[in-house]
Amino acid sequence: MNTQDSHTAPAPGVTLLVNGTRHHLAIGPEVTLLDALRERLNLTGAKKGCDLGQCGACTVILDGKRVNSCLVLAARAQDRPITTIEGLAADGRLHPLQQAFITHDAFQCGYCTPGQIMSGVALIEEGRGHDEAEIRKHMSGNLCRCGAYANIIAAIREAAART
Amino acid sequence: MQSFTLQRPSGLAEAARLGAEGGEFIAGGTDMLQLMKEWVRTPDRLVDLDPVLDPRIEAGPQGLRIGAGARMEAVAVHPEVARIAPAISEALLESASPQVRNLATMGGNLLQRTRCGYFRDAGVAACNKRRPGSGCAAIGGENRIHAVLGTSGQCIATHPSDFAVALVALEATLHLAGPDGERDMPIHHLYRTWDTHPEQETNLRPGEIIAAIQVPATALSRNARYLKVRDRAAFEWALLSAAVGLEIDGGTVRAARVAMGGVGTKPWRMRAVEAALIGKPANDDSYAAAAAHATEGAVARGENAYKITLMPRVLARALALAGGAA
Amino acid sequence: MSLIGQPLPRVDGPDKVTGRAHYAADFPADRMAHAAVVQSTIARGRITGFDLAEAEQVPGVLAILTHRNAPRLGKIPEIPPVDPVGTPEHPLQDDLVLHQNQHIAVVVAETLEQARWAASRVRVSYAPEPAVIDMQATLRHARPASKDEISAKPGNVGRGDADATLASAAVTVDSLSVMERENQNPIELHATTAQWDSDGERLTVWDKTQWVQSCAKHLGAAFNIPPERVHVIDPFIGGAFGSSLRVWPHTYIAAMAAKVVGRPVKLVLSRREYYGGTGARPWTQQRVRLGADRDGSLQAIRHEVTAENSRYEIYTENVLKATPILYRCRNVDLPYRVALRDVNSPNAMRGPGLATGVYALELAMDELAVALKMDPLALRLRNIPERDQMKDLPFSSISLEQCLTEAASRFGWDRRNHQPGSMRDGRLQLGWGMAVSNYPAEKVKATARARVTAKGEVHVATASSDMGPGTWTSVTQVAADTLDLAMEQVKLSIGDSALPMAPVHGGSMTISSIGPAVRDACEKLRGAVYGAAGVNTGDILEIARRIGRDFEAEGAFDPGDLEERFSMEGFGAVFAEVTVDPDTSEIRVRRITGAYGIGKVVNPLLARSQCIGGMMGGIGMALLEQTEIDRRSGRFVNGNLAEYLVPTMADTPALDVTFVPEEDRNVGGLGTKGLGEIALVGVAPAIANAVFHATGKRLRHLPMTPDRLAMA
Ligand SMILES: Cc1cc2nc3c(=O)[nH]c(=O)nc-3n(C[C@H](O)[C@H](O)[C@H](O)COP(=O)(O)OP(=O)(O)OC[C@H]3O[C@@H](n4cnc5c(N)ncnc54)[C@H](O)[C@@H]3O)c2cc1C
Ligand code: SF4
Ligand code: FES
Ligand code: FES
Repeated sequence: MNTQDSHTAPAPGVTLLVNGTRHHLAIGPEVTLLDALRERLNLTGAKKGCDLGQCGACTVILDGKRVNSCLVLAARAQDRPITTIEGLAADGRLHPLQQAFITHDAFQCGYCTPGQIMSGVALIEEGRGHDEAEIRKHMSGNLCRCGAYANIIAAIREAAART
Repeated sequence: MQSFTLQRPSGLAEAARLGAEGGEFIAGGTDMLQLMKEWVRTPDRLVDLDPVLDPRIEAGPQGLRIGAGARMEAVAVHPEVARIAPAISEALLESASPQVRNLATMGGNLLQRTRCGYFRDAGVAACNKRRPGSGCAAIGGENRIHAVLGTSGQCIATHPSDFAVALVALEATLHLAGPDGERDMPIHHLYRTWDTHPEQETNLRPGEIIAAIQVPATALSRNARYLKVRDRAAFEWALLSAAVGLEIDGGTVRAARVAMGGVGTKPWRMRAVEAALIGKPANDDSYAAAAAHATEGAVARGENAYKITLMPRVLARALALAGGAA
Repeated sequence: MSLIGQPLPRVDGPDKVTGRAHYAADFPADRMAHAAVVQSTIARGRITGFDLAEAEQVPGVLAILTHRNAPRLGKIPEIPPVDPVGTPEHPLQDDLVLHQNQHIAVVVAETLEQARWAASRVRVSYAPEPAVIDMQATLRHARPASKDEISAKPGNVGRGDADATLASAAVTVDSLSVMERENQNPIELHATTAQWDSDGERLTVWDKTQWVQSCAKHLGAAFNIPPERVHVIDPFIGGAFGSSLRVWPHTYIAAMAAKVVGRPVKLVLSRREYYGGTGARPWTQQRVRLGADRDGSLQAIRHEVTAENSRYEIYTENVLKATPILYRCRNVDLPYRVALRDVNSPNAMRGPGLATGVYALELAMDELAVALKMDPLALRLRNIPERDQMKDLPFSSISLEQCLTEAASRFGWDRRNHQPGSMRDGRLQLGWGMAVSNYPAEKVKATARARVTAKGEVHVATASSDMGPGTWTSVTQVAADTLDLAMEQVKLSIGDSALPMAPVHGGSMTISSIGPAVRDACEKLRGAVYGAAGVNTGDILEIARRIGRDFEAEGAFDPGDLEERFSMEGFGAVFAEVTVDPDTSEIRVRRITGAYGIGKVVNPLLARSQCIGGMMGGIGMALLEQTEIDRRSGRFVNGNLAEYLVPTMADTPALDVTFVPEEDRNVGGLGTKGLGEIALVGVAPAIANAVFHATGKRLRHLPMTPDRLAMA
């Protein structure tokens, strides 16, 4: 194997910048961002529902964009800002979308909820939070098996109207 | 996933060389990681293309130049893409989810592997694509999503990309960077059909990288449309799809580009349909008559027979959309 | 003002929106090891050998357990009402393979990645035996379910003479329908974290379970320790829909693994592993024959079901529960048949049995309305039952008629053109359909404890769980209401096997059973506090603080002989509008209206959520969901969440929910009837009937995917 002029990931070690805090983890490139958050950093707010990009429960915001953290190698998220559900409430005050989820009962079991909220926050940032048809379409990567969608739509609209 | 080495080349040439030496490319990783987690692919070396791929989207008089590193979402919402080739925006906005689109690259999109459930389950013994020579479990099995065109007794899998269908209709060109230099390749040369080697899906040479995608700006591209048919309203690959561009002058079809997805082993250009449209009045009757040619040579394999029933209807509808119907 | 009936937000809302709510895989433990299962790749046969060489090479591997070296388990008990009849899988105990994706080994390693990697490298050799998977082949050997297998569920026993009446009826329909296997697919993956104490005598388990105490009993029996020494914890369930009623093999495997490595072990099934590692709503074929007079009065019903089953257990469900009571009819025949194949055992999924049976019955009723040239609504109204003819008991209450008329008027049913294919919206075909919903108002024994401390804190506890309906909130409401306190003043504990006995969290009976037990405990607590203070009014917090000691009371609920006096049933009516694209054969639901008579509604905000969730589940059942099993190999071809399709937000129609006022003084407890299941039951048939109305095509196979419509 010729790696003279390429930079093989220095094994082991990845630095993650999560919710404003820098963490150094002794992990190899096979660890996903989701597993790094959940199993190494004990940030279990991001959930695993499929591990294959198919449910959205693991959604976090990476470099300002919503992504499935199960499809990101932690090593490739090195030093890039990551926001998880744990980092959304500022000094203990709920983000408007978190509050709107409570008001509109936009969840039941709550398992998809962190992913829905992170996705919803990004959707509002994308400017898609005002139109119901847009919300439906661009939130469809977040499955909710409890079927709380109608209430999630209401919550997003309310939060979008406030921001 | 198993442990592997992640190689970070400093340029395309180096990446191509690492690829030619047996490293597997990873760009957005959205398909690669699905396959690795399910043990369908077990590379021990991944070559990270992300830092070396061009993410830019540029519009010029020639048309669109989309860097292979551009994210699906960025392309989907790009105003110039919507203006020059709305079929591309539509195909991308109907693909995957915003989260996936934020990760997935355009090059990776074209090279994603089939959704055949037998291919993606490493516990299935017979899959020629995954284990050459092992057989094809989809023939005689659950093949609702499988192809009716271009199949063989070896494999009946469809290519799942929506974007690729639009590119085939728009006659896009790929810029490739390989270990031995660069070359261009028309999109329809990218995918192979197979009688014997379904594991060989593309005509890329070892180490060759898709660097950019060039889409010509034409009257056809500007009114081309993408229609996608699926069970649920979002977040699903196409059961069938159609990308259609028409040039209509004085109520007569002057030029037509037609491709379908979900029906062939690769995005399927429908030349017979195109030929049947030229010179015909731009109306529903001509569309229906031309669309009937779509199923020429189609072979049903059981549960996918409905595709042959739906193809003309879906295509006629797509033609009507491209022709300006609501 | 009473808190009961108030639309209060969830008390667990702040935890759920901040990621603080901990589910089974979210509990940290020191020195946690990770486990990954190896699953079978044949459907039937024996394991002849394992080659572990490559797996053992993987760094970090702590142990690999197979049937050759795994700890021996005791006999796993059969605990009603959840466990089926037969011999459950005793994982890693022998070389037998009963189905595909059966756990046959487990790898424990330092990290999750290592465990999964090593598991992928375990090589297994088999002596396969011929397996029968294909349903058509399986049906040829279908047989009647035995009395034991059916136990208390309706089936085989009917009334009158259906065959003779059908032969002479003025109008008859004969309706055959099929429903594919469906998977519950809660978004939470099935997970168990197991930890033994240092002397190996006590086991703590964080498990995704709807019944912590049954889980403790199962594990106790399997590991030969008293159930009190098994502590099962699950305060939050990430959805279940029946998938966590049983104790599945992986739960034992996690505990075995923890025992062997002497460390806490976390085992999370992947989405693919889940399909073979748990159960599913069974594939069914139903044939409903109806006989009626020309005015629509039903004279005979013959409803036959044939349900898939595994070869090692027989799971039957209430498929035929609604049929003999939903409509006034003297002659009813209810054959229940089982068809065994080499698959994993089916189990209960939301609205178990009734969702399946009511689909077929309501499809047939729609066909009867067509045959009679009658408004389907009028046909239902014509046959409203006066009493439960099966049990020969009065209903505790029945609001079926009100539900039908209320939902019909909200929906605008009177504007329906009854001619199929007659309504359009531009290019799209429009269809309106309706169906009735029903689910028994079950309630069983339950207990609870309430305590007020000298500091003036109130703690209420019961071993129940909350998979989403809102147990946390509704039970807090009952306690706060009874004690005349604010919601924030009551601290509830649930989801812990050490708490007072509670029944399985399923079958829509949680609030009906737990609610009155909590109320009883709270009333007794108040009595004790007042008694000690010699008062009969006042703030119990203040009194307890003044007296300066803790008070505690146990409460219980026992439905007693209620079941013998009344037939207790919830009823509903569901109306749906669909569009059908004639070019693409895509079917989309535009709106659904449901009206339900379910007794007292404890919290209308949460109740509405249950109903809209049930409607989404019904959309999935009607249009999307099917577990594709390869008919030769038995592999799950769509064993993921990309090709097993559940509704997305884009599939969400306008949803309209109402509860008809229903004050039921006979139903006992709090006057509630339960809601989680009835919300799903009538939805799929309403959609199916709407598809017929739109297209004139009777699709008899769920889900109604574009391929089925195109070929119909
Ligand atoms: C849940 C889900 C739903 C989806 N739905 C849709 C859908 O509806 N429609 C649709 O079209 N797609 C869909 N996709 C697929 C998605 O679009 C692809 O996974 C994605 O585009 C792949 O891009 P990537 O950059 O992530 O590729 P990677 O996963 O990184 O790579 C994919 C393959 O391409 C190779 N490769 C990548 N880039 C290059 C390059 N520049 N040159 C040469 N080789 C390269 C890699 O070696 C690998 O073999 C979905 C994906 C997910 C996860
Ligand atoms: S269709 Fe192709 S990919 Fe699918 S099982 Fe057959 S060979 Fe494999
Ligand atoms: S866990 Fe990442 S999308 Fe499902
Ligand atoms: S709230 Fe349960 S999955 Fe969404």
